[in-house]
Amino acid sequence: MAKAVLMQGNQACAEGAITAGARFFAGYPITPSTEVAELLAKRLPQVGGTFIQMEDEIAGMAAVIGSSIAGTKSLTATSGPGFSLKQELIGYASIAEVPCVIVNVQRTGPSTGQPTSPAQGDVMQARWGSHGDRGVIALSPSSVPETFTLTIDAFNLAEKYRTPVILLLDEIIGHMREKFVMPDSIQQMIINRKKPTLPPSEFLPYKPDEDGVPPMPAYGDGYRFHTTGLVHDYTGFPTGSNAVTNEVIDRLHSKITKNIDDIMKYEEFNLDDAEIAVVAFGGTARSAYAAIESARAQGIRAGLFRPITIWPAPEKQLLRLADKVKAVIVAEMNHGQYVKEVRQIINGKTQVVSLAKWNNEPITPSEMLASIQAIR
Amino acid sequence: MENLLAKYYRPRLPHMWCPGCGNGIVTACVARAIDKLQLDQDKTAIVSGIGCSSRASGYLNFDSLHTAHGRAIPFATGVKLTKPEHNVIVLTGDGDATAIGGNHFIHAARRNINLTVVVYNNSIYGMTGGQYSPLTPHMSMATTAPYGNVDRPFDLYELAKGAGATFIARATTYHATLLTDLIAKAISHKGFAIVEAVSACPISFGRQNKMGGPAKMMKWQKDHAVMVEAMAKLDQTQIEGKFPIGVLYQGEGPEYVTEYQKVIQRAMGSGK
Amino acid sequence: MMKLKTIVSHCKGCGICIEFCPKQVLELNELGKVNVAREEDCVSCGQCELRCPDYAIFVRKK
Repeated sequence: MAKAVLMQGNQACAEGAITAGARFFAGYPITPSTEVAELLAKRLPQVGGTFIQMEDEIAGMAAVIGSSIAGTKSLTATSGPGFSLKQELIGYASIAEVPCVIVNVQRTGPSTGQPTSPAQGDVMQARWGSHGDRGVIALSPSSVPETFTLTIDAFNLAEKYRTPVILLLDEIIGHMREKFVMPDSIQQMIINRKKPTLPPSEFLPYKPDEDGVPPMPAYGDGYRFHTTGLVHDYTGFPTGSNAVTNEVIDRLHSKITKNIDDIMKYEEFNLDDAEIAVVAFGGTARSAYAAIESARAQGIRAGLFRPITIWPAPEKQLLRLADKVKAVIVAEMNHGQYVKEVRQIINGKTQVVSLAKWNNEPITPSEMLASIQAIR
Repeated sequence: MENLLAKYYRPRLPHMWCPGCGNGIVTACVARAIDKLQLDQDKTAIVSGIGCSSRASGYLNFDSLHTAHGRAIPFATGVKLTKPEHNVIVLTGDGDATAIGGNHFIHAARRNINLTVVVYNNSIYGMTGGQYSPLTPHMSMATTAPYGNVDRPFDLYELAKGAGATFIARATTYHATLLTDLIAKAISHKGFAIVEAVSACPISFGRQNKMGGPAKMMKWQKDHAVMVEAMAKLDQTQIEGKFPIGVLYQGEGPEYVTEYQKVIQRAMGSGK
Repeated sequence: MMKLKTIVSHCKGCGICIEFCPKQVLELNELGKVNVAREEDCVSCGQCELRCPDYAIFVRKK
């Protein structure tokens, strides 16, 4: 029987992972993400899964990739500095096309910064943190219940598109407690990676299907496939070929861009008649609802566009928005990161204003209201 | 070896290693050990890092994983915990295992996780052209030590022992039969097992150190390696410059994967 | 039947098999690859095969 409980965002993430079918976690303690590890240390063995605290952040990422290649849905959780340490191997997971989920509960940085305070300073790190060229999927929830469902979505996208998926929380969401009702049965579909249909003798491990994604056997399935971080052809073995390099690197982007409508999630609030749009995600978006209602009470037609999928950026949606509003305010807990992406997309079609705050405090509804009122 | 090539190697030969490189010999010993034990080929995974020796995973016909520099052991840890019934064999180099991967090496040893780690020790970073590694002898020449290497090397045995490994062995590419035997013992051992394979890099180490080519370098191995049992009977002057080969240490201890299976049983017993 | 089989395309001419052959059966040919010069002297000890880094020479035991 479903019962309402008070649940923390980090716990919703851990429970979401288990519901999604994750059975392996490897990581390293770091505030403010540690509860994800602590809870999974308890919960995973209860469902036959494995938790391991590794010797460092890099090892956590390595074990997660190893586990996924062997055949299990796996995740790690970290925060800014640990996310930086994992970046090399996130790049590995991209080119080797290994499904996995990396949770980053953002805090103020750089470096040790303000470890117990919220920030959204890793927005660009999520997109560009690893080396080389690749497409990226990053999701950012704004509530505890959404953290649960979005963790499942993160696994679904990772499995479907054989890519690492970043779940970008912030300290507000990670440590906030909200009412949560654990569903009796899961409404969301649980997606598992495609298995090969061809026998080992005919199977080419990196030959993509029409959706741009190759099927993926597990260890012990008899396929004896090879995985490498080197550029590889359909066989999985390294090649120096220009043509293959061109195709492989392009596919790391195109398998995401081609399927963008499936990947893109967002919320629109009071946007139908809006003249002013606030763009906000994660913990920051929570202030926007109140700010918009206050603005409307004063006769200002404001609305919220909340990207849930923050990478790839919601290009189509932002361009549509630019056509109908006189200003877009990008609110974020950093020195102004996502606003640059929004400006680049909107490209002068309407006014783009930055509401940036980086002093450990969330952006308040009154600050957002003031920013809305300042548009003339 | 001819039959083993057909059974355990992928049709990707000749390999990429330089003339006289010991990597091909060590890899052959791995294949021979696997054959000796008649391991299930579909329940054996080969995991390697980055460097010359780590290319071995691509030649062997198993589920194979060529990881990132230094990270073979934590990748293998993820594989082993996910497939506890599989044999997981890590092939790595001296730089891969003890410099960039040094932290992972000692912690896997501490956990006593049931992995077999074969360290291809050629005393140098070969692929990048001859820079010193943590196993390059003191005062050897390297491209990054043009006046001689002032670093002191690790003794891999002492390192592994201190960190908690429960099987430690060493052989050379000259002693290929012994090497095969030790790798087979390491695979059979329940716990973290390490085999140091002393190998030659005639191009990136040998040339700089005037070692005289592949055959001479192998002869050096023959002349400087002494069976550990025999070494115990020699006096200090006789063992000067020599190093022991054979099973250097074998102990027992709780093995990580087995212990974690008990955790799962306890957690499942306790319910939600 | 020949006692020794070579795969010359695998051979890189390192000379290890020649050095450690107790009967001087082997040599390098003009292309720098292994050549079985005196097969009749071969005692099938297997030293060459054991230490060939390139899987280029095999002893066929009766």
